[in-house]
Amino acid sequence: MERLIEEIPNFFTYWNIIFLLKAMGVTLMLTLFGCIFGFAFGLILAIVRKSENKLMMPLRIFVVFFTEIFRRIPFLVTLLLIFYVFQIFQITDSLFVIALISVCLIATAFIGEIIRSGIESINMAQWDAAKAMNFSYLQILKEVIFPQAWKVILPPAFGFFILFIKDTALASQIGVMELTFAGKILNNKGFSPVLVFGSILILYFILSFPLDRFGKYMERKIASGRN
Amino acid sequence: MHQVEIKSISANYGSLKVIDDLSIQLNKGEIVSLIGPSGSGKSTLLKLLVGLIKPTQGEVVIQNRTINFDNKDDLRFARSKLAIVFQQYNLFQNMNILNNVCIAPIKIQKRDKHEVEESAKILLEKVGLKDKMHAYPDELSGGQQQRVAIARALNLKPEILLLDEVTSALDPELVKEVLNTIKILASEGMTMFIVSHEMGFVKEISNQVAFLDKGKVIEMNSPEKLFNHPENQRTKDFMMKIIKE
Repeated sequence: MERLIEEIPNFFTYWNIIFLLKAMGVTLMLTLFGCIFGFAFGLILAIVRKSENKLMMPLRIFVVFFTEIFRRIPFLVTLLLIFYVFQIFQITDSLFVIALISVCLIATAFIGEIIRSGIESINMAQWDAAKAMNFSYLQILKEVIFPQAWKVILPPAFGFFILFIKDTALASQIGVMELTFAGKILNNKGFSPVLVFGSILILYFILSFPLDRFGKYMERKIASGRN
Repeated sequence: MHQVEIKSISANYGSLKVIDDLSIQLNKGEIVSLIGPSGSGKSTLLKLLVGLIKPTQGEVVIQNRTINFDNKDDLRFARSKLAIVFQQYNLFQNMNILNNVCIAPIKIQKRDKHEVEESAKILLEKVGLKDKMHAYPDELSGGQQQRVAIARALNLKPEILLLDEVTSALDPELVKEVLNTIKILASEGMTMFIVSHEMGFVKEISNQVAFLDKGKVIEMNSPEKLFNHPENQRTKDFMMKIIKE
């Protein structure tokens, strides 16, 4: 314990703090982009998957294939696969970009499923009423289904986002300097693992807590099911 | 000219045939009621007319236009002429009553918002619910929701109204208020297909009554003849059962 207290001034130096904050920024970027792109593409995937248009059939098959694949393989496998594929085809050397693409693929597949199940939770009678009044597919979704489905979609979606922050730690496996990797480096420099990973824990909490609160706020605001 | 002409239509739910070579016509200002046991295809026929179920054979002609249910323009045309009121009301749960009544005329028919809202208020007053226009569907009783559903259908200014067992989900006290609303519409000359189990009401309001069984029209006649002097044995059996109940 004494050793730990003695280490604190040496650990919280300007350079270490900057180093940790930069790593935190990388984790934040991976999470933010994952959530934003995952939500946007997941929404498109769910809309395509629920469409009854015959011309969309090939796209629907692709969507089902994509979703079932990326929901079933571990994030680390996706990450390594993208990493090696990009190496073989020399697409990019940026580890951050590789990690970013991987998190976006995973988030898209998961969020797409969450949104699809939210759409399906709404009674078919609502669809029938809207169709009988000449609403188009997209109008039904916008005016009738989504306003009611958000309350089903948002809690698991934000639950996934919180889990997702933690999953970005796997990006360290290909050398992306995110929070967990920064912790390992500081630990290897000789700092106490309790001090290092205790600090990392607090930084993860700082990242995830506002997202959790934002999720609760959105649930209250948007997911009331009334407009 | 028939407003709606259904010619030898058939429809299935999966492998189950629910409408079987059925033909029926509806003229302007006429009220045709469809009666029959559960599963006889009455509600399915109404859903078919608004394109919620596709026929497997036969033809539907609405105001001299043959409807191809795979064609978007034809579907749009059919749905612009017909409005359906569902058994379970099917009000949009995310919207208040006024929005429920106004959304389709504004967003789909592109009518003037002010005009639509004024007409909605008149209709809601007519069905006795103007004071509830800012309430949400789950804050209303079944009878009130059903009357909102009728106002919503009417605000589309349809030429033909389809009423699908609009009183079956209601308790006896609420039935009366909904039936009174329909009687007002009938007195105003609205063309209607009515599916109902309220035999007294059907007898009083209809010009023609069709008895359906196993997806076929077994007998169609004036209410007086069909109820008092049915010709077909199956119709007689059905009427006897109703009288016993």
